[in-house]
Formats: sequence, structure tokens, C-alpha cells
Amino acid sequence: MKLAGCLLLLSGWMIVLVALVLLPGLAARAAFIGAGIAVEILGLALIARGQVNQEKQAQALTQSIRGMSGGFGGFR
Amino acid sequence: MSLLLPLFAIMLIPFAAAGLGLIHAGLGRSRSAAHALLATLCVLAVTAIVFILVGFAWTGYNGGRSYSAITAGVAWNWIGAGPYMIGGAGFDDASAPVAIRLCFHIFAVGLAGVIAIGAGADRWRLGAICISTAIFAGILYPLFAHWVWGGGWLAQLGVTFGLGSGMIDAGGSAVVQSTGGLTALAIACLLGPRRGKYGADGMATAIPGHNIVLVLFGCILALVGWTGLNSAGVMIFYAASSGRIVLVVIDTLLAASAAALAALAVTRFRFGKPDATLTANGWVAGLVASSAGCAFLAPSAAIFIGLIAGGVVPYAVELFELKLFVDDPGGSISVHAGAGLWGTLAAGLFAAVAPGMRGPQILAQLVGVSTLLGFVLPVAYGANWLLHKIGSQRVDRDGDYQGMDIRELGAGAYPEFVVHSDEFVPR
Repeated sequence: MKLAGCLLLLSGWMIVLVALVLLPGLAARAAFIGAGIAVEILGLALIARGQVNQEKQAQALTQSIRGMSGGFGGFR
Repeated sequence: MSLLLPLFAIMLIPFAAAGLGLIHAGLGRSRSAAHALLATLCVLAVTAIVFILVGFAWTGYNGGRSYSAITAGVAWNWIGAGPYMIGGAGFDDASAPVAIRLCFHIFAVGLAGVIAIGAGADRWRLGAICISTAIFAGILYPLFAHWVWGGGWLAQLGVTFGLGSGMIDAGGSAVVQSTGGLTALAIACLLGPRRGKYGADGMATAIPGHNIVLVLFGCILALVGWTGLNSAGVMIFYAASSGRIVLVVIDTLLAASAAALAALAVTRFRFGKPDATLTANGWVAGLVASSAGCAFLAPSAAIFIGLIAGGVVPYAVELFELKLFVDDPGGSISVHAGAGLWGTLAAGLFAAVAPGMRGPQILAQLVGVSTLLGFVLPVAYGANWLLHKIGSQRVDRDGDYQGMDIRELGAGAYPEFVVHSDEFVPR
């Protein structure tokens, strides 16, 4: 998920760069630069989602290990 | 203009690094305090050497040798092409304008490198800090600094695409603060939280900073450093007059003041009492946000920019810590990346521009923000992910409990009076 988020960040930046080259008018450029940044925000949201999932999984794993070993810190 | 004034301003920048070092040490645990300050020293050393070896060759300067890619008839000046190890650089009067840029960059890249230490506090190994910083000072900073301060494509947006004066970043909200802050985000995500930060139920545990006096003193030091950073940037890259420097100093102070008061008011309103650490974060956020447009802003605009930066920081810190599970003891991500991006955009919104150029200038700043998010963040994350795969950047489990001082340095910062009771709790 984080990888997909990073790819979206790159994609958004590419949209911005392409808008600069291909679109001559200020309004069209502004619209596509805005669209590129919106894609980047989606990428950030995806990275954030991946981060939350990863940490929740890590916490669940820690909890299950503690449960198996019969108490806090028994795995050490 | 004489070079003595820019040189004097440059010599103030280490105060900013010292301030950030104290803030990071104070906001971390007592058992990692010496490590945090030693890491600051190591970062300054590594960045200086790496930047001299390769960084300045790629950073270049306006009018210097560079590589350009031609696309659709437009030249994209993307990297400097100077000699490595500053070969051929002279330090006589004729070469002084280049030498002063080199001098500025050495200190600026050091300050940018220090930022990530706050996010990795209490768990980032010293060796990993040095290697990660070397990559930052050798590749990431030089590329982006060339684009903005070295006559690169972001600086040329006005000429090539008619976007105002191109991207404006007088004191480094983008080049210094945002690059450092986004690297801090990558580091915090890769290292994961400190042990014990989050309970099994996902609730965050407060791990208070161990010395708020250090933090608040660091804020004062940072102000001195920031006035130097902003003034030097304006004089060197935007050829500002001496009179303009007075405005830079005033805007810097006003933005920091407004931000600190905003953070203080927000925390007072939300928690019933002002929070010293978040107010300190707000103060630095104001400094960060002031940098980009400090020479082109009316004092009232600087106050507004500071109010927004300081008002948002407590919420941003809370968002990262409680909702996103990103453990950032120094608040580096919210303060440097968040306020840095805001400062970059705010320069387009409020800086004095020619009539009819407001829209194009905002677009130029947005292209800069997009480049930070779409290029700097993925590259910082990818490079540090690779490093993390080769050898863990994080200290081992025992080091987490012992603290970085004992684990990595063999002695604590406060050997005479600190006893950690939880070190003897069975775990």
C-alpha cells in the first residue's frame, strides 16, 4: 500500500510537469496542477493508510505473542 | 554589497542547528540526551564533508555549469555540473560570490540534516544517522537546492513558463525545512514507534520530554540562527539590499511570535493549560513558515502566516501521533514539513509581486510544493528503505529500554542522578 502511495505521489508530480509543458493557458495549467496535487494527496492518504495498518498488525502480533507466553514481556 | 554581511549572517546559522539539537534532546528521553546532541554534531560534520566532496558540484549556482534536458523546446536545467571536491574553486575576490554560496550551503544542508534526528529520537542508530545523512547531503539536498537556488528549472519557471518570478524560497522553507521534514517523515515511518509508545489496544502512551528548559532555550537559539539563515539566503540568492534585511529580521520574529502565541492559545483552549512543548513547536513552525517569503512580506502577512503555522501545529502533532501511529518525539514532521510546505505556498499568496502576477506566482509555488511531495518524499523514503533493508537503522530491543546513551555511547548524559526504575522491571 505504501508503494502504491509513493507511485501516486510520483504520478501526481508527473501530471504537474506535463501540464506545464503541454498546456499553454493559465487556467488549464492551474486546473491540471491542482489535479496533480490532488493525486499526490491521494498518495499521501494511501501511505497513511498503509502506515496505520502496519502498526495495527504489529500491535496485534505483539498481543498474540504475549498471550501465548502467558503475560507481559514473557517472550523475552 | 560587501560579502562581510552575508558571511556574518551565515555564521549565525549554527545557532539554529544548536537550537534544534537542544529541542530534540529535551523532547527525547533523558537516557538518550547525549546521543541526540552527538548525532547533531555528527550530522553537521557529515553534511559538511559530503557536500564539499560531491554536493556542491550538483548544487551549482546561477550562471554556473549545469546539465539541461530539452523537452518540447524547453530546457529543464536539472543538475549542476561543477567539479567534484570543489575542484578549481577559487577563494580570491573574483570568486567570492561563488565561495559565499558554497559557505551558505554547507551550513544550510547541515541544518536540514539535523531535522530528521527529532523524528528518529530514542531509536535511530548513530551509524545509520551518518549514512542516511550522507545520502541526503550528497544527493537529495543538492538536487532540490539546484532547482531552486542554483538556477534550476523551478527557479526558471517564470522565464520558461511565465509563472511569476519562478519559485520563491528566500530562506529555505522548501529547500532546507521541507526536504528535512519530509526525510524525517520517511525515517519515522521506517523506524516505527518507540517501544511502549502504543499499548496493545492501540492507545498512545505519553512519553514526556525530559527537559523542557533545554527545549525553550533551544527556541531562543533557533531565532538567532533563523535570522541569519533568512538574511543570508535573501542576500545571496535574491541580491537584497541592506534595508531589506531589516524587514527579513522583523518578519522572522513576527512570524515566530504569532505562531508561538497561536500554539499557546490552542493548547490552553484544548487542554486547560498552555503546553510548553507544543508552544515551542509552534515557535519553530513560525520560523520555518517565515523563511520562504521573509523578504517580500508585509509584517501583517508575516503575522498571519505565523498564526496559521502555530495554530495548526498542535493538531498536526496529534494527527501523526494518535491517528497515524507515527512516533515523532521532536515534532519534526509537523514543524518542518508541515510549516515548510505552508510557508512555501504562503510566499505565493502574500509576497509582493508585479500586478497581474499573483496567480502565476501561486502556481509556481504550487509546482514547488508538488515537487517536494512527488519527488523529495518518495526519493527520501526509497533511499532510507533501501538502507533499512541492508542493515537495520533502528536500535535493537535492549537498546530501546536501556536508552541510546548507554547502548551506543556507553555512558549516560546524567550519570550522577538518573535512575530508570523501569529498567529493572521484568519484561
